[in-house]
Amino acid sequence: MAQGLDWMARGCGLEAGVGFHFSFTWSSPIGFFVLLIGVNHCPVSSTVIQTPPVIPAKREITTKPRFSDKVFRGVVTGGGLSSLIILGLILIFLSYEGFDTLKAQGIHFFTGSKWQSVTAANGHVDFKASHFGIAAMLIGTLICAFIAILFGVPIAVMSAIFLTFYAPSAIKKLAVTVIDLMAAFPSILFGLWGYFVLDPIGVYWAKLIHKYFNWIPIFQMPSGPYFDRSPFIAGLILAVMIIPIVTSISREIFAQTPLDRVQAAYALGGTKWAMIKNVAFPYARSGVVGGTMLALGRAMGETVAVYTVLNIVYQINWHVLLGAGGNVASMILLQFGDASTEEVKALMAAGLVLFALTLVVNSIANLIVNRTVKGRA
Amino acid sequence: MSTNVVENKVCDVKPQTPWAPSNKQRFTTFGLVVAAAVISFVLVGVTPMKGKLAYFAIFFAALLILDYTFSRMQFGKAAGVDSFFRTLFTIAITITVLPVVSILWNVWLRGHKGLHWSLFTTDMKQSDFTQPVGSGGLIHAIIGTLIIIAIAVIISVPIGILTAVYLTEIKGRFSRPIAFLVQAMSGVPSIVAGLFILAAIVYPLTKHFNGFEGSIALAILMIPTVARTSEEVLRLIPEDLREAGLALGGTQWRSVALIVLPAARSGLFTAIILGVARIIGETAPIVLLTGGANVININPFSGTMESLPLYIWSGLLSGTPEAFTRAWAGILILLALVIVLFAGARYLGSKKVGK
Amino acid sequence: MVDSTSEGNEKEMQTANTSNLASVSAQRAEKMAQSKPGTQVMGVGLEARGVHAWFGEKHALADVSLDFWPGTVTALIGPSGCGKSTFLRTLNRMHEFIPGAAMAGEVLLNGEDIYAPGTDVTKIRLKVGMVFQKPNPFPSMTIEENVLAGLKLAQLKIENKDELLEECLTRAGLWNEVKDRLKAHGGALSGGQQQRLCIARSLAVRPQVLLMDEPCSALDPGSTLKIEETISHLSSSVTIVIVTHNMQQAARVSDNTAFFLSDGGPGQMIETGPTNEIFSRPKDQRTENYVTGRFG
Repeated sequence: MAQGLDWMARGCGLEAGVGFHFSFTWSSPIGFFVLLIGVNHCPVSSTVIQTPPVIPAKREITTKPRFSDKVFRGVVTGGGLSSLIILGLILIFLSYEGFDTLKAQGIHFFTGSKWQSVTAANGHVDFKASHFGIAAMLIGTLICAFIAILFGVPIAVMSAIFLTFYAPSAIKKLAVTVIDLMAAFPSILFGLWGYFVLDPIGVYWAKLIHKYFNWIPIFQMPSGPYFDRSPFIAGLILAVMIIPIVTSISREIFAQTPLDRVQAAYALGGTKWAMIKNVAFPYARSGVVGGTMLALGRAMGETVAVYTVLNIVYQINWHVLLGAGGNVASMILLQFGDASTEEVKALMAAGLVLFALTLVVNSIANLIVNRTVKGRA
Repeated sequence: MSTNVVENKVCDVKPQTPWAPSNKQRFTTFGLVVAAAVISFVLVGVTPMKGKLAYFAIFFAALLILDYTFSRMQFGKAAGVDSFFRTLFTIAITITVLPVVSILWNVWLRGHKGLHWSLFTTDMKQSDFTQPVGSGGLIHAIIGTLIIIAIAVIISVPIGILTAVYLTEIKGRFSRPIAFLVQAMSGVPSIVAGLFILAAIVYPLTKHFNGFEGSIALAILMIPTVARTSEEVLRLIPEDLREAGLALGGTQWRSVALIVLPAARSGLFTAIILGVARIIGETAPIVLLTGGANVININPFSGTMESLPLYIWSGLLSGTPEAFTRAWAGILILLALVIVLFAGARYLGSKKVGK
Repeated sequence: MVDSTSEGNEKEMQTANTSNLASVSAQRAEKMAQSKPGTQVMGVGLEARGVHAWFGEKHALADVSLDFWPGTVTALIGPSGCGKSTFLRTLNRMHEFIPGAAMAGEVLLNGEDIYAPGTDVTKIRLKVGMVFQKPNPFPSMTIEENVLAGLKLAQLKIENKDELLEECLTRAGLWNEVKDRLKAHGGALSGGQQQRLCIARSLAVRPQVLLMDEPCSALDPGSTLKIEETISHLSSSVTIVIVTHNMQQAARVSDNTAFFLSDGGPGQMIETGPTNEIFSRPKDQRTENYVTGRFG
């Protein structure tokens, strides 16, 4: 209808190019009125546009699928639901096995730090009398993960910025390949390298930190000195492990910074850093946070690498330079060797807590990342 | 005033890039790097600061200060700050790449000493980890790894691909929850997967350790990788292909099985390879579920089984220098496998869709 | 009333179009002549000498030489794809961001080549500002922060921020509409308002030249009119170069016009001169064909 009126306007001798923009809808009575007037007053031959007949109701389109397709859908849906089933089963079985421990220990499971099973007279483990507490391990998990994020995320984000905004394409391809390869390294490799190569270096750094900063409580050494295999070193190895993940995700996000804002910043006379600070960071902020949380989830669940570089001690330890600590995953691995079948149930409870924790962190992280990175499912 | 009609010289002019760094600029940058290195050496020699840390830390600090000052003198504060951050980001990427270099270097350095031909022909029946390195081998570990991985692949690939097919082809009403759950599953710690199989299969049912149980746990870890990568690959297949299949009167399953999946062939192989790379080095579930052995065992359903990660793990725990060397040799072989898989995935991934 | 059905009348209509354009631009020339005395002359101005541009192998622009006198508005007209925007981007060194870009020739600002080695490109962009086709205010900043963004980006210190804020928004014709909501977000304005905000933002760094790449093509006629008014007011203190597809707009706002054309090869500048001459007495046949609407 708008086109019709425009055409009429031209026909009445108004200049080409001086456009008339009508935005009447079909239901506008005014539009119809103008149309009628226009038809009467303009001596041009034009097609009279009429309102259409009553619009029919939409038909419902159905199809009867073939039997083979029904089977196909069933099989595929079943396969698709497998992840639901598996996660559900994990939850069920761990809860079932860990139930006795949690019931008997109660809140003590989360507040106590001792891990010692007491066998009752009948040969079975007395879950009430035993001490199963993961407080030290939970705190240790958080401390190591925190140190990993502290060192790993800034380096990873800065590397991502370099790759997105500064790197010439040959260097970029090489660096991306190397970083992706690093993401594929098995954790036992990090465990070995961490123990033999990083630990001595980390001890050296820890001694330096202790020498100059031991006025800060967490850098003090209450006993020892034991610098070897401390939460600090575990945090370092975890930092190295999470750098590839955070770099990859951050790179994807920075690459999507809207070009028009980037150009606006440059056109105003901004340097590259000014553009990054004022345009790229605000845009990428939430996505990078999501990537960090994914890395956090990985760091919290890491088993073997932490096992080799952290001396497990069943006591909460805030002194990060002291060689004592642990995280839930490596504790489970350590205890498993000596545990009887019944004692393993207590480990199941610990595993349940770890499962819940990583599930929550990862879910939040995925929600954040999905919202900001387009193109992900 | 009258207008001017312009005669243009079109040819004979060469394209230039006057904004690219000139030789003078490149030379200046290089000079600043050298200056920073010199300062680093001098300060380390003169002050009590020592060690590799001192060299690197002073070098980086000097480089940052020099770049900032030089640019600031030339163009002002904004340029100085810009230069500072440019150098900072370059330092960051160097720090990121350094561990990889160190790892590869150390694996070779410490591992190749443990390499000998009989590694691939003997097992540890007549030896143990503390014996000198030439005795015993890890063929049982390699065979074990291959068997366990193979079974994990057989379990996880169909499930992973079916999940991807559900998400891209059927797009049913469970799509969003399933996509979310697949992502959630990729975050499950490996030790939790191990505990789960213990609780679900070992304790109630079989009551002993074998290779198959390890495979199932590894499959749980592999499914999300296969599903996610397959899904990305299937999404790249153009809609026309599917429509062509349906327009010819084919059922949906024929269209998917005979047209879409073959078109995505190389991408699906990439997904499988990436999944294998993910689990080939997983230690925790193996330690929990497969038991470990000194001899070759090709039956995954009965008897404990050795595998490469477990072999390395045992070497590490044994504590003697010979044991450590065996462990490094084992990781050298494992890393070689990972690199081959990675290169294979890269090669397949670079092929165009439909080939 | 003209009968639109006959062939001959089409030609009459086109002549009527051109003479209309010519008369519009003649009116403007008169108005400018009246207001010109007292215009400050800022610097020597912007000159392009033999500018070529490439995208990788493709030769996109060939041998453009053009002078932009201080205090004038120059319109670059021509059909799509003949290098007008590319040329514009060589004037403030934004062309080099495209991977594979190359150029030849010189662009002189106040007598100095902006492509000379060792030039601080950010300083050039402070003097030669740009307004883009699609308004792009920074969404994470308020209106006030948007206007002053240029200062923040270039790390310029200024004594009285509020004074500058009001001045730039007034010159851009936006002050009255936003003076009560300076703390609102930049994205909350209408398209035309956003574009004027972008103009205010470019003015805050006190450019000598303002480049405008089809600034009204994404806007409605009401906003277009407001922006053209803004351009007229600005032209006494800022040299303006505007790329436009709209010939009436070129006739309304510009003092000089340059016509670009490509025959499938690189874009070239065919003819340049005072606007009313280009529209009423173009010398080149191709120019005449374009301004009379035979193609384009």
